[in-house]
Amino acid sequence: MTSSYSYDVLVLGAGLAGMRAALAAHEQGVSVAMLSKVHPVRSHSNAAQGGINAALTDRGDKWEDHAFDTVKGSDYLGDQDAIEILAEEAGQDILSLEHMGVIFNRNEEGRLGTRRFGGQKKARTFFVSDFTGQAMLHVLYEQILKYQLSVFEEWFVTSLVQDDKGHCAGVVAFDIHTSQFAHIKAKAVIIAAGGLGRLFEPSTNAMICTGDGMAIAYRAGAPLMDMEMVQYHPTTLKGKGLLISEAARGEGAYLLNKHGERFMEQYAPNMMELASRDVVSRAEQIEINEGRGIGGCVLLDCRHLGKSFIQDRLRQISEEAKTFANIDLTEEPIPIRPGMHYQMGGIKTDVNGRCWDVHGNWSGVPGLFAAGEVACLSLHGGNRLGANSLLDTIVFGRRAGAEAAAYAKMNEKSRVEDSRVGQDEKMIKDLLKRTPSDDSIAKIRLDLGMTMNMNLGVFRDEEGMLTAQVALRGLRDRWSRVGIQNKSRVFNTSLTSALELGMMIDCAETIILGALTRTESRGAHFRTDYISRDDDDWLKHILINRGPDGVPRIDYLPVRITQWTPQARVY
Amino acid sequence: MQTTFRIRRFNPESQSHASYEQEYFLETEPSDTVLDGLIKIRESIDESLTLRCSCRGSICGSCGMRINGQATLACKTKVISMISEGGTLHVEPMKNMPVIKDLVTDMEGFWKKIREVQPWLQPKGPVPKGEYVASPESMDHLTGVMGCIMCGVCVSDCTVLEVDRQFLGPAALAKAYRFVADPRDGHAKTRLVQLNKSGGMWDCTRCMECVQVCPKGVGAMDRIMALRAKGMEKRVPTTCGSRHAEVFAELIRQKGVLDEPMLALRTFGMGNLPKLLSFIPTMVQAFIRGKVPKSGYFHHAIPGIRNIRRLFRRMRNQK
Repeated sequence: MTSSYSYDVLVLGAGLAGMRAALAAHEQGVSVAMLSKVHPVRSHSNAAQGGINAALTDRGDKWEDHAFDTVKGSDYLGDQDAIEILAEEAGQDILSLEHMGVIFNRNEEGRLGTRRFGGQKKARTFFVSDFTGQAMLHVLYEQILKYQLSVFEEWFVTSLVQDDKGHCAGVVAFDIHTSQFAHIKAKAVIIAAGGLGRLFEPSTNAMICTGDGMAIAYRAGAPLMDMEMVQYHPTTLKGKGLLISEAARGEGAYLLNKHGERFMEQYAPNMMELASRDVVSRAEQIEINEGRGIGGCVLLDCRHLGKSFIQDRLRQISEEAKTFANIDLTEEPIPIRPGMHYQMGGIKTDVNGRCWDVHGNWSGVPGLFAAGEVACLSLHGGNRLGANSLLDTIVFGRRAGAEAAAYAKMNEKSRVEDSRVGQDEKMIKDLLKRTPSDDSIAKIRLDLGMTMNMNLGVFRDEEGMLTAQVALRGLRDRWSRVGIQNKSRVFNTSLTSALELGMMIDCAETIILGALTRTESRGAHFRTDYISRDDDDWLKHILINRGPDGVPRIDYLPVRITQWTPQARVY
Repeated sequence: MQTTFRIRRFNPESQSHASYEQEYFLETEPSDTVLDGLIKIRESIDESLTLRCSCRGSICGSCGMRINGQATLACKTKVISMISEGGTLHVEPMKNMPVIKDLVTDMEGFWKKIREVQPWLQPKGPVPKGEYVASPESMDHLTGVMGCIMCGVCVSDCTVLEVDRQFLGPAALAKAYRFVADPRDGHAKTRLVQLNKSGGMWDCTRCMECVQVCPKGVGAMDRIMALRAKGMEKRVPTTCGSRHAEVFAELIRQKGVLDEPMLALRTFGMGNLPKLLSFIPTMVQAFIRGKVPKSGYFHHAIPGIRNIRRLFRRMRNQK
């Protein structure tokens, strides 16, 4: 028996982008539901620590300056029309968050305070101590409770459903608690399912960040863009790679090599530790590779900031350093290294969240929208600035929600058979029928993570990436054969891990292909065999589209430039 | 190091429908958290071991469970902080909520209580053009309670919830405090009147468990005490709880010593005869055990009472 539900707008994922989108759609008076494989407040938006950017005119800041810092940060791969919207609408969105209840830090006058962040000339980052993402996520969830929006909590999506014209018609998903499948019908679907950090080992990302949203869109025929642009955050904790917020450097912490030198002087004499993330991560990796690190790390020194300041503004990372590295950061520097953190690329969307096709038209999967890390407008281009991701989720989550609601109002429900449910149910049954062997999902996932981290990290070259490409074929083959011991129908985490791994492998394929294709160095994509940026050939996006034969195809779109012509990037 | 994980398991699909303990032996690193250990078991010994986990860094609140008899986040608890070489670690699901499977609990009841406190900002008057202006002192302290990640750990170990399912519990009350104390919220009084009811802020017994187990230092019990103080300040209808606090202070001021019988009389009121009669057995017991002073059941003021009253005056003036 299959249950069936029907909504105007269905949002996949209930982090910041998803909840913001759902609220915006609800405001338009359409029926909305959210679906997430975890409870909304468990989403990975929690992990955003440092803050959210906005240039407020009454603070003597200009949105154009914020936009320019973002364009420069993106290494000129960001689409400037989208960046302009991001910067221009930021102020109003920060205020709405404040009105909803976010407890932003205040200055002496009782107004919202700011701190400095990397790659930006002005202090325009609004924050809640160093758990800004968590504070925002919980407030948005309060709004979800206020408006009593439906949430399918702990449900797992297996595929997008399209009608015979290719229009999006909802999803097939199952309840993790019961393994009961359902076709959740919707006129519009917004994917806001977050990033894919777990493709890399280690990563700052939570275990749920497995690229599900990108993979299901890609499988349905929506193109993925800029997938080669993977951000390594400069300060991740030695060991499991947990994030140490950029807020530490924003508030004045130093980066030191083993000789105690502030090595950023060599790499970014003006901005020092606050150069953009790709620049700092590369500098650290060079220090480490050339023997000036300590045990594969460099040091982050917060000692001079003082105990009470740290307690007030960097509480979470101080606890984190204590718990996970046994270090009191008021007394000792912390060993840190670059670690995979964010995917700049994702499902290609326009400025209203619509998933475009490779020609820049909306004929790929009409009715499909995306917002947040899963999407690629592209705002962040080759490198995202710190505190722009929270802003991205709020501005473009809202826009996608409103647009999806308008789309749903204009369109009739499409008629589709429930046959897709049967198909996915059978896929799961077959998966569970496989005989267990020595191999396991965990082993394949670890091999994938190591392969990606080794060959698609801070420095890349053709040889390494080809090795990864070959390795990935092997991993895909192992994945298609691996058995699952756990046959339970209740909360079967082995089953969800197996499905997630399949999504991860699809995403990895596009990252490797994109990175091999881009024969230049730009932003986070640094190739030791093509060390310069090449604006003549590569001022364009790489889109990867899965053909009906399952083979990925490459297309290009020019970068949209409005007012800032590419210049050399110096910090 | 060699460790044994003794895990309380429950499989809803089994015939017996009863929970049981299972032991796993494994080698853990000094840096391993209990969550690392559980993941090692799941990935290399027994795939069927079921738990929730995500961030590994104490921010998502997924992995609340009881470890050696106390609720905590598995990702925040180092194995070596709990046991030594060769020791056994006891892992169980959280209490005060139904178990779905192994270490996964049903948190619907938890969320129902959160919803009961209407956990969203309810400002009065029109929305300002800019931000609400509020002093840093009036706002910054709220980040402490906003640090709550809704992991359920305090609710698991709440001793009141163990005997009284109606109690809102520490997490929901701390959430309520977050709005009552927010200068932008316009409904503090209405909220306090709600919280004043049975099952609300006066039902906490101040056992401190929630303060001790909270992985984020939210200090739920302290927030509950702050709610009570705000309730009394705002003159919400008196309850046994608020009268108890007031009479307690008043008796000390008058007599310099706690006069228990008088405390009971005045807290419950002379008119509450059934309640007062119910104390008779206790009074008889106290007499038999020699706990009644020679002067009788009711106390007289202590010799230095003037000093005590002076202290009270000074405190009131300081306020």
